[in-house]
Order: sequence, then C-alpha cells, then structure tokens
Amino acid sequence: MQELDNDRLVWMFTQMLRIREFEERVKRTFEDHPGVIRGHTHLADGAEASIVGSLATMAPGDQLMATYRCHGYPIALGTDTKSIMAEIYGRKSGLCGGYGGSMHLVDPSRGFLGTSGIVGQGIPQATGAAWGAQLRGQGQVVLGFFGDGASKQGAFHESLNLASLWKLPIVYVMENNNYNVSTRSEQEDANAANGEPLSVKAAAYSMPGVTVDGGDPIAVYETVGAAADRARKGEGPTLVESKVYRLSAHGNIIAPPGVPLHYPEHEAITTFGNREEYEAALRGDPVPRFRARLVEQGALAPERADEIAQEVHEEMDAAVKFALDDPYPEPEAAARADFVYA
Amino acid sequence: MAREIPYIAAVQEAIRVEMERDPSVVFYGQDVAPSDEDPLVQAFGRERVRVSPISETAEIGMAVGLALAGYRPVVELLMAEFMLVAMNQVVNEAPRLRYMSGGQVKVPAVFKAGYGFTAGWAGQHTGSIYGMFMGFPGLKIALPSTPADAKGLMATAIRDDNPVCYLINYLLVLEHGDVPEGEYTVPFGEAAVRRSGSDVTIVATGWTVGRALAAAETLAGEGIEAEVIDPRTLNPLDTATILSSVEKTGHLVLVDQGTRHGGASAVIAAEVAEHGFTSLKAPIAQVTALDVTVPYSEPMEAFVLPNEEKIAGKVRQVLGEAPVAA
Repeated sequence: MQELDNDRLVWMFTQMLRIREFEERVKRTFEDHPGVIRGHTHLADGAEASIVGSLATMAPGDQLMATYRCHGYPIALGTDTKSIMAEIYGRKSGLCGGYGGSMHLVDPSRGFLGTSGIVGQGIPQATGAAWGAQLRGQGQVVLGFFGDGASKQGAFHESLNLASLWKLPIVYVMENNNYNVSTRSEQEDANAANGEPLSVKAAAYSMPGVTVDGGDPIAVYETVGAAADRARKGEGPTLVESKVYRLSAHGNIIAPPGVPLHYPEHEAITTFGNREEYEAALRGDPVPRFRARLVEQGALAPERADEIAQEVHEEMDAAVKFALDDPYPEPEAAARADFVYA
Repeated sequence: MAREIPYIAAVQEAIRVEMERDPSVVFYGQDVAPSDEDPLVQAFGRERVRVSPISETAEIGMAVGLALAGYRPVVELLMAEFMLVAMNQVVNEAPRLRYMSGGQVKVPAVFKAGYGFTAGWAGQHTGSIYGMFMGFPGLKIALPSTPADAKGLMATAIRDDNPVCYLINYLLVLEHGDVPEGEYTVPFGEAAVRRSGSDVTIVATGWTVGRALAAAETLAGEGIEAEVIDPRTLNPLDTATILSSVEKTGHLVLVDQGTRHGGASAVIAAEVAEHGFTSLKAPIAQVTALDVTVPYSEPMEAFVLPNEEKIAGKVRQVLGEAPVAA
C-alpha cells in the first residue's frame, strides 16, 4: 500500500468533490431541464469518501464491478464526465451510446467491467473476474462493490463461499447506507437487528470481515488497501463493510411518462419522520469534513481548495452543456446487430 | 479421420480440444472432475478445471465475470432446469451486458446443460425449456442431435463471442456416430437437411430428429417423400433453409420435444406463416409435447411426447388436407 502524500490526498479530495458536484447536477437536471432524464437514477452523494478511498488502492490491471448506483466510480477513474452525463441524458455521445443509461455505466478501458441493475447480481460477476485475475497470476485484484441490501441475496453468500474456498483475489466492499430503499437494516438483517455489524457475515466463509467509517477516505484507503494487499499475496478475499450515509433519497420518484420526476426527501424523513437523523448526517458530510482535515493538517491551502471547487464547478457546467447539446441517437441504432451479438 | 464414438464422448472431446487450443478456456461446475486423477485436471491443472459447489447463481455469474475479463468459461450445469435457479444471470445479465454497454464488452460463455430426459425423471428434470430462451436477444441456443454436431457445435459455442446455451439431449448421450478427430466446428445458424424429399417439410430438433427420420421411412413406404430439417441452433435460426424447403414441398410439420405454447415450433410457425404463406398448400401443423408437466409414469410420459406415429399421422393429415392438384 502506497503512502498518501499531499498530492495524493488533494487528488482524493478533488475526486470526492467531482463526484459530489456531478451528482448535484444530475439532481438539479430534474428541476432545470424537466424531461431530460428518464427512468431511475441513484446518486452517490455521501459515499464519495468510500468510493475514492477504495479506488485509490487500485494498481494497474486491477478491475472493479459495481451496482446501479454507479456514477461515482468512472468519475474517479478518469472517464470523461461529459460522456457520463450524456449517457444519463440518453444522448448519442454517451459513454454507452445511450444503450444503458444511469444504471449501466461501464468503461472496460479503465478496468470498470460494469454494473448490474439487479441487487446482488454483480457480486458473482466480480468474483468471476477475480478468478480471471488469479489465472493471470500478476498480483491483480478486483474490487466488488454492492450495498447492504445485497448481503441478503443468495448471490452474495454463494460468491463469498466460492471466493474464500478458491482464495480469489477480491475485496468485497459493502457500502452500508443502512437503508434498502426505505426499509432500515435492522428491519431486514439479522446481524443489524442484534446490534452486530454486517461484516460478521464474513466469519461464515472463513474470511476477514472489517467495518470502517466510509465517510473517512483515509480509513477506507487503509482498510481496503490492506485487504487488497492480502488478496495480491494470494491469501484470499476480505469483506469490508463501509458505513456511509446516503444524502439523497434512494432515487428519483418512480412515475409514468408525463409526470415530472424529482428527488424526494430522504427516507429517514419521508418514511420515519426522523429529520434529526438526516440533519446529523449532513453535519457529518464527508466532503467538507475531508476538506477541513486537509486544510488543518496543511496538506491543502484554503485558496487552493476554492480553486479546485471552481474548476470542478466549471467541469460540471461543461458536462451538462455538452450533454444538453449532444444529439439523440438515431432510432435505427437500436437495431444494431453488432451490439446484440459480438 | 472420423471414427464412431458416442454423443457424450464427442461433447467432452470438443471441450478438451478447445482447451488445448486456447488457454483462455476454463471448465467447471458441479461434480466436474472432483478427482485430481481426472484426465482434464491432468491435462490442464486445477487452475482451469474446477469442481464447484451447488451454487448456480455464483457459477453462472462467475462465468459472466470471467468472460468480461477475457476468458472463455464453460459451465457444467447438468440439468437445464438448474439454470432456472440462476435465471437472472442466464437471460438478464449475460445476453444484455454487451448491448447495454454500447458494444464495449462481450460475454463469451457456454452454459452446458442436459435437457429432455424423458426417462422417468418426472416433472422437474425432463423439460425441453429452450423455447423461453428464444425471447432473449443476445443469447444463442445450440441443440445438437448427432455425435458429430455435439462436437462441432460445442467447439463453435466455445469460440463464439456471445453467451451460448449448449443443450445436450440426455436421451441421445449413448448414440454412436462418426465424429471427426481433432479440431472440428459446425457453424451456428446453418440447418442440416437430414433427408431430402419433395412432398412435405418436417422440421425437428434434438431427439425428435431421429423420430422424424423414422417416420419419414414409414411414409416413404406409402409413397410420401418427406424432407427432414434439423435447425441445429435455434438462435441463430436458419429460416432461409426452412422457407426454401417449404417453397418446394408446400407442406410443413414442426416437431419439438418442448411444449406447444411459447415453444420453438411456435416461433418457426410464425416465421413461415409470415414469410412463406404463399408457398403453403395446407395449414402448418405442430407435433410437440402436450402443454402439461411431464408425468412420471411411463405410459403417461409417452402419451405427452411426440413420437414416430404422431409425426407420420400429422404428415398424412397435412397432405390429406391439401387441395387436389389439377
């Protein structure tokens, strides 16, 4: 695991800010440009530290897979935000040409092998990619991202059993935001109901299970990094439970065509009437928290932090403008046989 | 050089030859080579040949991930119904990922399973369930009916850059036939004309190909010359060969071990009804399994299945319904 020097720390802060700003632009699109985004979007605001801390551990040739809540990973990996926004707007120059949309981003050129829109189903795929890394024998690892809800799926349990059995080089990163849409973890998870962390599930598969503050990018980096080092050495998988607080609702409202879409308030408020929980999460927002920490330890001058914020602001202005101006795909492109079959 | 070997040995031979040819091919599944003495383990090592737990979602999902990472997995699933346990990976992941990525990724994976084991295995291990897979663009389906095709279609499935359901008819595993040695492929989407004839076209799949050929011999004794076509793959489907045969014969009987509704023969019937209607001198007829769960008891099991007599009878009926030529 590499030491995090000041340049790297500032890089991490910048990526966190880019993810945050991008997600806020997605959310604002529903108000500023009604009808431009269709279907369902899921935002990573609140999970930036977890995403960036995890991805900062990646070495050349490492790969990852994720879920439908997938905007943050390619942003941190360096995929052009113009192409990501254009994909979410269903445009021709989108990352996936408008074939996938918000839930199905993929950029294999940067090791991002893809996502599944179905809860838990990307976990065995990431596990298979880890078998591939083991076959290559070059010390590469796979990061498999999923949510707490997925840990109630058979796919999770089957995959962890196999990965441990075969000592596959994978780090399972469970981003635990404590809500399955609007159901709280303790309502649907036996460990949570008994006051235990969800990482105890790892014990059933004879692998280490660690819980980390997913709002602290350095803690995530160190935890995922140690797990990745272990995997690189052939010692097998680790389950990392990264505790995050999703700062937006699960997704935009679900409604038939013609009904304007928007983001409702967080389920803590809309379902449970617990505004204090949500406001406490806002007070602990990982992005300003990390900025303050870097400024305090002298890694980042406040003026430089403001400059970065301005650069990110301009980048996302450009992403939205590009996506709005980009044409829609030709309808006939839907029938491209070479996309149906390789 | 061809020599006579059983269908099941031909399947295994294809996997072995392709593993020798391409180091990215891996083979695993339930009860695959649990012994280190297994010839495939001896030849290719435990890195590439593994026995897996009874975890279909993980097994098939891992094949998708291996394929995304540049490998060519062959997953042994034993019974086609076991794919139903992991249906999301088979139909909603593997065939969709390329399209949803805008052509950025490919998923070259083979899902190998047996089907149609109507030999007293009752309702949950006997099904000819491939009809449902035809509704998922991106997913190819191979149904070998001869030992040579069993080898050649498996080799093609492994080399194909798309997910393939490679389905072994368990009633055929001990059938012997000439199989070429060494590398041998059979192209997807090219039907085989198993018997030429000018009076009626019979399209049959898998185990029913042999039943249709037997019926054709009986009919030949009555002066009826049937052409028997085996599509070999249902996706891609060689409709051109079927349509040109119907153009010649004017009559079509479709035979399939699967159910009638939502089945393979219904899809073929629709294609011919739309694109070959003017060639038809009589309505298309289907000889499928009945729309019931396959029963255990032998007389009932036989009752629901297509057989030689039902095929011959349907051909006579179709020809009898035809208007008398001037």
